[in-house]
Amino acid sequence: MTNPVAAVGRVTLAFMATTGRLAVFTGQTLRHCLQPPFYGRLILRQMVTIGYFSLPVVGLTALFTGMVLALQIYVGSSRFNAASAVATIVVIGITRELGPVLGGLMVAGRVSAAMAAELGTMRVTEQIDALTTLSTNPFKYLIAPRVIAATLTMPCLVLVADIIGVMGGYVIGTQKLGFNYGSYLKNTFDYLEIIDVVSGLVKAAAFGFILSLMGCYHGYHSRGGAQGVGQATTNAVVSASILILVANYLITELFFAR
Amino acid sequence: MTDPAPVPKLAFRGVKKHFGRKVVLDGIDLSVDPGQSLVVIGGSGTGKSVMLKCVLGILRPDAGAICVDGQNVVGLRGRARDEMLGKFGMLFQGSALFDSLSVWQNVAFGLIQGRKMPRSEAQDIAMENLGRVGLGPDVGNLYPAELSGGMQKRVALARAIAAKPEIIFFDEPTTGLDPIMADVINELIVECVKDLGATALSITHDMASARKIADRIAMIYKGRIIWSGSRAEIDDSGNPYVDQFIHGRAEGPIKMDVLKP
Repeated sequence: MTNPVAAVGRVTLAFMATTGRLAVFTGQTLRHCLQPPFYGRLILRQMVTIGYFSLPVVGLTALFTGMVLALQIYVGSSRFNAASAVATIVVIGITRELGPVLGGLMVAGRVSAAMAAELGTMRVTEQIDALTTLSTNPFKYLIAPRVIAATLTMPCLVLVADIIGVMGGYVIGTQKLGFNYGSYLKNTFDYLEIIDVVSGLVKAAAFGFILSLMGCYHGYHSRGGAQGVGQATTNAVVSASILILVANYLITELFFAR
Repeated sequence: MTDPAPVPKLAFRGVKKHFGRKVVLDGIDLSVDPGQSLVVIGGSGTGKSVMLKCVLGILRPDAGAICVDGQNVVGLRGRARDEMLGKFGMLFQGSALFDSLSVWQNVAFGLIQGRKMPRSEAQDIAMENLGRVGLGPDVGNLYPAELSGGMQKRVALARAIAAKPEIIFFDEPTTGLDPIMADVINELIVECVKDLGATALSITHDMASARKIADRIAMIYKGRIIWSGSRAEIDDSGNPYVDQFIHGRAEGPIKMDVLKP
């Protein structure tokens, strides 16, 4: 058992098995997301849970991020007399990166965890098996509505976060740093390009897919009672967060690399 | 089949299943005739639940065939599997009610989601089935968490029979209930199965329950069926394993994995 080569082999095999299982799970999820019938009522309910109830968390995150961004960029840029760039950098920073990424991470903490806990409990109390015996596919009924709702809702959430974040920067810029109201707004919009916002919203949709998929995957495959559900919840949040950061890099590369 | 006897409603032929190195089912051969109620008895961890899950396709057996109405159902997918599952109802050990739905929605679930019945019509049927298991219409609007264990079991029974299944599985129907409530559930099971004319396969380790609901009894031990016979024969089976089990003796051929000091 202490043979190090065997340990490497064991880890590799476990990794391969998990990758394979996740790939199959993703494929099945996509199939059920795209193929009718759709459960409109369930999708709507999930959209409310994921979108509407995440608004306070995401809004506060965006507000303080925008505020701190304005302060920091002012300090940094005034060292080489570029303080007028604050508005531009805040808006680009928020729309391209901080809105989607921080929003995604906050929602991952809230929603992936809840999904993993809910599906995990349903798994260990045999409710998922019960669905099957009642001629209802758990992918169709439980997973697809969650993934569809998260993928559609995240861009809306991030759009709101973008607006609140820029507003946070605006408040600090005009109230604390002494910028003129009009010129701050002008600087905000003059250099903003559509691609900045669109790339952020594409990221948001991808993050919504990732965080709901991770929540569902870990919940669906959880086992072993309360401890197993706890483990599933932790794994869901950790893997969703890491995958969001990886996907963020890849999508940024796709959009902006020359 | 050239056999003139009726095709068994449900038949296991050499079904094997293992998890890792642990062999759970080691060649199960068993059949249930239409309208019959078969009870499989056996200790904890002898593979009783796995047997049921293999039929429903929740688990996939490693070898062997499981035939429903003479048709092998192992590995069925898509529409064929949905059709097969439509013949089944199941009462789960822990009831497995959906806690996000009210009681009547639980009972009507298979009708609304599985059979696409309009909600109002399904609600009427749900209420009728709740009445069958002795629950009033006021219970219909409660949530499962607000019910006692015995009531949850009854709701689960109502859900299992709501879609008029041809075959019903009962997974330890009386576990965790007091003896009186256990008897109430047993009587409801006998009554409902008879009313529907359904075939029943139950697994239990509660002998009182087995004697009440069974036409035939089979005993599973170490992944194999070691004895089967009619309810009347169980007391003089001549099988030492069966004798030990039905009398609940610690001494006998069945050894529990308990380390003695």
